[in-house]
Amino acid sequence: MEGWDPNTKSTLTQIPLLTTKAGPRDGAAWTQRLKEEYKALIAYTGMNKSNDNDWFRISAANPEGTRWTGKCWYIHNLLKYEFDLQFDIPVTYPSTAPEIELPQLDGKTHKMYRGGKICLTVHFKPLWAKNCPRFGIAHALCLGLAPWLAAEVPILVDSGMIKHKDDAAVSSES
Amino acid sequence: MDVELKEMLDDFESLKRALPDPSHQDSIIKLQRRAESLISLAQSSHARRSKVKDMSAEVIDSNPYSRLMALQRMGIVENYERIREFSVAIVGIGGVGSVAAEMLTRCGIGRLLLYDYDTVELANMNRLFFRPEQVGMTKTDAAVQTLSDINPDVVLESYTLNITTVKGFETFMESLRNKSFRPSTHNSGVDLVLSCVDNYEARMVVNQACNELSQTWMESGVSEDAVSGHIQLLIPGEAACFACAPPLVVASGVDERTLKREGVCAASLPTTMGVVAGLLVQNTLKFLLKFGQVSPYLGYNALKDYFPTMQMKPNPQCSNAACLERQKEYILAKPARDADAKAKEAEASNLTECPIHADNEWNISVIDDSEIERTDFPSSSDALPEGLVHELPSAVEFQKFPEPEEMSTSIDDLEDLRRQLDALNAN
Repeated sequence: MEGWDPNTKSTLTQIPLLTTKAGPRDGAAWTQRLKEEYKALIAYTGMNKSNDNDWFRISAANPEGTRWTGKCWYIHNLLKYEFDLQFDIPVTYPSTAPEIELPQLDGKTHKMYRGGKICLTVHFKPLWAKNCPRFGIAHALCLGLAPWLAAEVPILVDSGMIKHKDDAAVSSES
Repeated sequence: MDVELKEMLDDFESLKRALPDPSHQDSIIKLQRRAESLISLAQSSHARRSKVKDMSAEVIDSNPYSRLMALQRMGIVENYERIREFSVAIVGIGGVGSVAAEMLTRCGIGRLLLYDYDTVELANMNRLFFRPEQVGMTKTDAAVQTLSDINPDVVLESYTLNITTVKGFETFMESLRNKSFRPSTHNSGVDLVLSCVDNYEARMVVNQACNELSQTWMESGVSEDAVSGHIQLLIPGEAACFACAPPLVVASGVDERTLKREGVCAASLPTTMGVVAGLLVQNTLKFLLKFGQVSPYLGYNALKDYFPTMQMKPNPQCSNAACLERQKEYILAKPARDADAKAKEAEASNLTECPIHADNEWNISVIDDSEIERTDFPSSSDALPEGLVHELPSAVEFQKFPEPEEMSTSIDDLEDLRRQLDALNAN
């Protein structure tokens, strides 16, 4: 965990760890794991809200809890940039991490795999592998997506690849 | 066009006869030749050969299998035609998978199952196989188009899906279990699975499927910097599975810390990909047609032209439950394997009935090479041969989890939890 800012570190220690090693094909054990995922997400979302650092919404898109959709946003120069957020729980979960997708940014940055999957190889995958099965969706958002947004959104904005929605509306009207 | 060219030939012929001056004969003959070659070109551009019922060893230009069947005459392969009975599944039809598919198609493999969810892009043109006019097609469709043209004898099945999703995995498993091509007592309807994917997640999925089906597979990979690669044979229960140890990569020979890793646009070379596809299919042919030595692991470092090999025993503490089951089965089957080996040995010794050395004054004994080797395998936890490194750390085992109090006391109903998160999401 060297190299991580103290804020992320202290947040991370407050997200409940998970204990059940189960994937979507594991029946009752998956239901147990899903409960733990919810508890961690509830704790993390609550914590973000109370720290005035609310930055995502996520909920299961199917009853099995294998597909998740929502939104995430990042404030840059006092402007809020919001993106759709989605991912599937892979069959080999939690041995492999979910591949977080921001489909609206597909093709706009090279730090992304096809289909809008953000690149987690260097900063996140080794951590996930080391902490399997204790890390869950909440940890993936905290350690995978949050630092990616912090690194990429300013570059995307400054290079003009993405525009704030108010600017976009103005330019399309004119 | 054919008709016009033929008419032209006839015209040349009559011109040749009509002209009294023999000095023009040569140039007319030249023109005739050119027209003939144009005719054959025009024919070959849309001629698709018909299916061949039996592989013939006859050495004529029109036999697509003469050079392959010659492997028998050379004493390399005992029965080449068996290749038509085999089914090979290729997962990932990219730089390595597509070339492997073409090689197997040209070898006359019985059946190929192709899996990929991607489409062909112009950015793929630095690699082999796909052509610019196929841009926009799914890789599976484009591959079927080319492969069925090259060899119509091969049965091609294509699956455009992502095997890492729950639904994709189900279809993947079902297709591997299908035994309609050739009935077998085995769990699976394919003889070998080749993993030619470009990411850890998909490899773990292939590993999962093959462990569950007790299906032998081969893994292949090319590094992001395009200067190293590897192939690996995985026999569930007998050899290390992909989850037994963190994945191995061939060190590029450059200090990793000096490498800039900006962005994820991986580099790729047609050469490295072609070499790895070649190594993979070579190992496949040796495995299926039973010749030579099948490599358990073969690395390729392009910068130093270094090819490390190694063998890995399965990890008795593997995190994959299906792997542990296969390991148990393998240990239980040991007596049967030993009896088999003994029977073979007895057969071999029957051939050389008299002892080679009647007396043994110095008590010299011969130790079986393979036995020494077996005890020498570095287990997955042991030190790796030079030039190989682990790609990811292994999971750290904590003795006990410090369980936060609110976790154990809070509600434990999935619906309640879902509602609770929804409530948080709502404002």
